[in-house]
Order: sequence, then structure tokens, then C-alpha cells
Amino acid sequence: MQDVIIIGAGVVGCAVAQRLGTYAGKVLVLDAQGDVSCGASKANSGIVHAGYDAVPGTDKARLNIKGARMMPGLCRQLGVPFGKPGALVLAFEEAGKAQLEALLKQAEVNGVPGCRVIGRKEILKMAPLVNPEVHYALYVPESGLVSPYELTCALADAAAENGVRFQLNTKVRALRHQTDRWLVETDQGEFACRAVINCAGVGAGELHNQISGRQVSITPRRGQYYLLDHTLPLAFQMTLFQLPTRMGKGVLVSPTTHGNMLYGPTAEDIPDGLDTATTQEGLYGAMAKVRLSFPTASTATVITTFSGIRAHEKGGDFIIGAVEDAPEGAFEAIGIESPGLTAAPAIGEELGDWVAYYLKLEKNPRYIPPTPLPKPFSAMTDAERRIAWQTDPDYGRVICRCETVTEAEVRRAIRRPVGARDIDGVKRRVRAGMGRCQGGFCMARVMEIIAEETGVSFQEVSKNGPGSAVLSGQLGDVRDE
Amino acid sequence: MGRGALCSLGNWGMCGMSEQLKPIDLIIIGAGPAGLAAAIAAKRAGVMDLLVLEREEEPGGILNQCIHNGFGLHRFKEELTGPEYAHRDIREARELAIPVRTGTMVLDITPEKIVTAVSREHGLETFRARAVILAMGCRERPRGALAIPGTRPAGIFSAGTAQKLVNMMGYMPGREVVILGSGDIGLIMARRMTLQGARVRACVELMPYSSGLNRNIVQCLEDYDIPLLLSHTVVDVQGRGRVSGVTIARVGDDRRPIPGTYQQIPCDTLLLSVGLIPENELSLTAGVELSPITQGAVVNNRFQTSVPGVFACGNVLHVHDLVDFVSQESMLAGQAAAGYLFGYDDKAAAGVAVVDGQGVRGTVPQRLMIPQGELTEGIDLMFRPDRVYNHHYLTLQAGDQVLISRRRRILTPGEMAVERLTPEMLMALRGQAELRLTITPDKQGA
Repeated sequence: MQDVIIIGAGVVGCAVAQRLGTYAGKVLVLDAQGDVSCGASKANSGIVHAGYDAVPGTDKARLNIKGARMMPGLCRQLGVPFGKPGALVLAFEEAGKAQLEALLKQAEVNGVPGCRVIGRKEILKMAPLVNPEVHYALYVPESGLVSPYELTCALADAAAENGVRFQLNTKVRALRHQTDRWLVETDQGEFACRAVINCAGVGAGELHNQISGRQVSITPRRGQYYLLDHTLPLAFQMTLFQLPTRMGKGVLVSPTTHGNMLYGPTAEDIPDGLDTATTQEGLYGAMAKVRLSFPTASTATVITTFSGIRAHEKGGDFIIGAVEDAPEGAFEAIGIESPGLTAAPAIGEELGDWVAYYLKLEKNPRYIPPTPLPKPFSAMTDAERRIAWQTDPDYGRVICRCETVTEAEVRRAIRRPVGARDIDGVKRRVRAGMGRCQGGFCMARVMEIIAEETGVSFQEVSKNGPGSAVLSGQLGDVRDE
Repeated sequence: MGRGALCSLGNWGMCGMSEQLKPIDLIIIGAGPAGLAAAIAAKRAGVMDLLVLEREEEPGGILNQCIHNGFGLHRFKEELTGPEYAHRDIREARELAIPVRTGTMVLDITPEKIVTAVSREHGLETFRARAVILAMGCRERPRGALAIPGTRPAGIFSAGTAQKLVNMMGYMPGREVVILGSGDIGLIMARRMTLQGARVRACVELMPYSSGLNRNIVQCLEDYDIPLLLSHTVVDVQGRGRVSGVTIARVGDDRRPIPGTYQQIPCDTLLLSVGLIPENELSLTAGVELSPITQGAVVNNRFQTSVPGVFACGNVLHVHDLVDFVSQESMLAGQAAAGYLFGYDDKAAAGVAVVDGQGVRGTVPQRLMIPQGELTEGIDLMFRPDRVYNHHYLTLQAGDQVLISRRRRILTPGEMAVERLTPEMLMALRGQAELRLTITPDKQGA
């Protein structure tokens, strides 16, 4: 029997797992997808919110602030890209000033330092390409950026290095309580545990409602994005938000930790939590709003468009802790929409400690602190590159041209504790295929390396797990009619 | 050079290693048809100290995966396959003892022509070149660049990637195929996939004309009854793990889909042949000025870029339709690089700007350096029209002076147009500031 089963290997599930790795206990993480970070954690804005827009007194506000404070140190420890370029919340109407002042008050109450309301002249000095019709902005120097999927993968590795097991491609169907244990029913059989933690993102509501008398309602809220190439110079060094207007909630224009520009997201409530399709209307709509902040925005260097689904709970706040009105031993972190990424390290710490306290787990005597991810070849100096090649000649073979990712790095992505098993898994960990050609050149090479490292045939390598085969067969295969 | 960072990595015992800057006369980046032809021409012109760097494991470039025939009709007056065509240049390069280093990725070129490359065999190397020829070719525009709505499953390939999987690796990317875009690689792959037992449901082209060669439309689509749907596009992709279908629609003159014309096609594969983009990321690090139209370097008639001693040729300069012309252009670039190394200086030559006028896009070269004295050789101007023109006049004009105004039966964006400036015309251009190309319904000038 497991001490703990965590359902969901997104950033929250992995943060909880990493925290539980500091305790001595048997911990298992289950996820329906073939990799960690396959839901909202892989497709979001990557913003480390400073905490000015969370309603004071809510869990959202408290965990946002706490998470934002933890993030720089955690990213340094894990070797995950992080930056703090600051942000502007733009108001395009005179009336926006009052709203910005209210946000500023909120920032002060929440303990976000350094914010101030600035006028057009100062805005255009900070970000010359902003729409000159802007009136005011809230300047938020503490606003940061993180690579969300790299953070999630690194948290998973850190957990796995301390004995947490990950079983992927395992969809949880139901939860049942039985005297002293929870039974987790999956499409791969049943697992028993003393405590279960529901971190299942958009799927969390259904599991919660199976076991609790107090029902929740999770709405999948889709956000569509444009990702642009990292051609220099960057249009903006900082993140631009828009104050909500009569036209609805705004979109952001932001650099990523890798120097790409990101536009989006839309906000559409949709019935299907797995429907990550983009739509014509959504993309056109996002672009129209982008041009409010950045009138000369062009789609000429767009690399890809994508969408992510956040789990919106109707109450509006995070729901974290022991599941109310349920047998004991059931815990949850649900409704983790923005600023959920920022809050994740804090949620992981609190929920992990809480469950460990409940189970009376001892500290892990053999705890291994995280090993920072090595510097990517693309970020090395020439001298570092020479040394890297001396230690491993696979650093001499560039696999992904657009992002300058070497064979050594692709192999390491697969060999990591929670390693990549498919093309998208490699892409999220080391960026092969993340660039302007979108894997046109490197896909086959990445497939060869995955096949070699994992012992499957070339033909079996998938894009993102079962059902996503890249190839239909070998030449000359007889076709089944 | 990040000494501090280096030593902070710990005691690797390598801190004292000196970074060797290897001097060399000429580096050619890319061993595809452009790089090989340039290298051969430079060597023949007497450049002895040269090196070709190629990122793939074999020289030959994209020709290696183009196993269909039709190459070399102009240059060799023979119909060759891609590998056969490439082999002729590879063999000649070998006979001329031109060093070609494969598996070597160039990471950086500075405006001072310091070239940094990495390979498994040699690690990181730095060269100080006196001249550089850019011959990196082009890449395919991916799905993301088009922002096609829908899901993002497996089964979406650029046509060239599919070609590599089939021809080089022996795998089938899918069985029920829709092709978006009618570029030549897409047309070739329509036939190739059909011959391997796949069913190609349609080739869908946004524009009212194909960007592919007419012979490919006939031989690859019509001969196999594959419908070519002009003025159509893909408006949605379906499927979670793998493509399960696409929705296509007719587009209006504004190229936006027309409501009510949507049609769903079940398929497991979407191939994209929606344009080629010159691979100029390295050119930018070298400070080379690029043309927003061709997306290649701005060059003069000696294929020299805005950075002295840096030359560009082949598909990295502008996307060609036929490899024969890539080779021809690249030989001129190779000779010009040799001339540069031997001290030829075109500063004394008269400079004339070549300007795209009405109907003309992306003329190369963008600048003519006309030497003094008697001329014996002409210069080819290459461009594409902005749409299809039937029985229109192509006019070359400098100020009021019309050099030539000639009726062309057809000008189409799918085929690069060439107009030769004769030595007489060049001499007449001396003293002129610009040469303008236009396409008009009527003859220009007297």
C-alpha cells in the first residue's frame, strides 16, 4: 500500500510530490497522460504574478505572494529559467486610472513592493512600442517569468530522485474509501493508499464530487496563444497586461524566459476539458486585442499557435487542503487557475507538509537536494562548449538547428529520473523542435535517439504518448483494407 | 569569452586551453548544390585554401532525398535524379581535393568573418576566414506559421520532412493524405505517397494559381487523378492523438474562407507545402543586410552581400525552382569570391540600384556594379511576378531610357523569371542611378 497517491502530474502535483520527497514515505504519482506537465502546466503564460490582482484575504492572494517569493530560489536550485522583467498593466481610457489606483491599493495590502501608477510619457519610455494612445499604467517591477513545463519536469525529477514513483498513462476513474484506506481505481488497475491528493486539474472536479457532499463546479476555460520566434531585438522586455475594459478581459504581450514573444490568451468557457483546439475566431480575437497594446504587432514571425485549458472553479478561489465532507485521508488542490503557476511551489509546500503531518511521516533521512539542470549548449560560452564537448562528444552533434540543441542534451532529456518518452517530452525538456521550423529538421533525429535510448522501434516512437504515432508503417507494408 | 563562467564550472583542468583561431582563405557554409558549385568554381579559379562545412552527415543537401528525376536538364542536358545530380558535384569536388567537412554545424559568423562551428569529431572550432560564401539553403514554412486552427496532433508534416521519412528512412508518414499548398515538394510527395499505396484526397492551394512548376502539376497530380483545389485552404484540423480529418473551405479574393463552402475530409495525414524560407539566421549574425521580399541577402551582381567578403548564393539568397540555376548562380558566386580574394575591387565600378517596379517582386541582384571599359559578359536579373500575367510586357528602364520592353507569353509566381542584361545594356546603364523592372499590359518606350 502507498502512503500517498497524488493524482495529476502537473506543476501542482509535482510540487506536492517534490515536497513529500523530503519525507520518508511511499509516494506514487498517477497521470492519465504519457508525461508530466501535459495539461494546463504546459500551455499557459508562464508569468510569475507579483500578486497585485488577487483579492486580499483569499488563498489565491496568500499563496500567490508566497509562491512568488519562493520562485527565484526554487528555480535557481532546479536550474530552471526564471526572470523578473517587470510588467505594465495598461489602461486605454481615462477612467482606467481609478481602477489602477484600486489595483495599487490591493498590491500594497497584499505586500507587493515597488508598484506605482505611471503616465503615458513614462510608459513609452519603458516600452516604446506600446500603443501611444495609452493613458496610464500600473508598473509592477516584481512581475516575473518562468518556463512552466521545465519547472514541472524539474520538480518531477527532484521528487523521483527521492523515491517518489511516477506511473503515467494511467487514468484515474474513481476514488473509494474503505475503512483505513483509499482505493484509487484506474484503467491500469486499483491502487491503495493511506492518503490521496487530488491535483487533477480540469479533471479534479469530477473526482472531488465522487467523494464529497459539498459539490464543486470546475469549468474548463480555454486560452489561445500565439508564440513568436526569438528574433532580436525583442519588441518588449517586460510583460504588458491590459486593464479589463468594456470590451472584456484583455490579453497579454510578454517575452518568455527563452526570449520568444507570447500573445494571448483568450478566455472561453468550453464543455470539454481536453479540447485544446485553436479556432479562427479565437486567434483573430486575440490578435485584435494584442494590437490594442502593440499596434504594430505582426504575425510574420509566428512559430506556432496553441491553447491551454485552465480549471476555473465557480467560487473563484483555490480549494486546498483536506476534502470537506469526505472521509479522512483525502486532500486536494483544485480550481488552480491563474495565478496557480506562481502559487504552485507554495501549494506544494503547504499541502505536502499537511499530508505528511496527517500521516505522521518522518523526514527523509536520505533526502537528496535537487541537482540543477545543466546549462543548455545554446546558452554556453565558447569556452564552456569546448569543455562540454571534451566531457561528452555528443555535445558536438547539433540535433535541433533552430534552438541549437545537441545530441548530448536530447539523450539526457530521456535519461532524466522522469525522462522524456516521446517527441513532445524531449521538446519540453530541452527545446528540440521548439523553434521556427517546428521539428521539420530534427524530428526524425529525435525519434532515432528516443528509439535507441528507450529500446522501442523507430516506428513506435510517438508524438505524445499512445494514439499519437508519427508513422503509419514501413514502405511496402501491406495495407489492411 | 566567458572565462569567469568557465572557471566557475569547477576544476576541469581545461582553463589554460588556448582558443585557436584558424586562418583560412574561404569558408563555404553548406555542401548542398549551391555550396558545392561555389566551392568547385572557387577552386578552379585558384583558391587553394578553402573548406566546406556541412551540418548533415553527407554532402548533397536536399537533393539526397529527391529521388525523382527531372534534375539537370539545363545544366547537363540530361534527366537525372537528385542524388545523381548531387553526385556529379560531389565527385568533382573530390577530384579537385576540396575538403568537405560533414556533421559540422556552424554556430556563428561575425562581421569580421570569424566562423565558429561544432562537430562531434573536432568539437568547437573557430576560423578566421578572408571570405565566406553563404550557401545554407532554405527551410519549409511550418504549420504554426500559418496559424491553421484546430488541434495539434501527430500526422502533420512539412512535405520535405515526409519526403525524408519515405525516401531516406523507408517509413510511411500516413495513408490518407491531404496536402496544403501546391509547392513543388508537395506535388512530388503527392505522387510519391500515391505510389507507396497512400490515398491523396486533395491538394489544396490558397492562391488562385499553383506555386509549383506546371510539369509537376501534370505529372504528379493530373496523372494520378488527384484534385487540385485552387482558392481553397484548410480551416480546421481534427484529431487528438493523430489527425482524423481536416476541414477545407473556398477562399474569397481577400483569401478569407467563405462561409457555406466548408467541407470535412477524413484523413490521417496533413502535408504542408506552403513556402520555403531562406535560412539566414547566420547571415544576420554576420551583419548581412536582408531583403524583406526575398528574405535573402541583398547582393550585387557579384553576389557579394552588404558585408565585404561575404557572398550568398542558391536558396539562401532567394528560393529557386530548379537546381540547375542554383548551380549556375553559385558558380558565379564562387568565381566572385575568388576574385575578391585575389584583390578584385569593384569600388571603382559604377553602382546601379535594381528596383522592383509594378508587378515585379524580389529582383536579384539588387545592385549592379558595372566595371569600366569594354564588357563581354551579361548579367541575369531574376525575379518573380506578383501574380500571373498573360501576354504582358516586361520592361527594363533607367530613368527615361527604356532598355528593353518585351512581351512575355506568361509570367507566373511559380516560375522564376530571368531577363538578361547584355553587355551593351550594361554599358548604357553607366551613370544611371537605378534600373527599374515593370510588368505592364502595353509595350513601354518608343
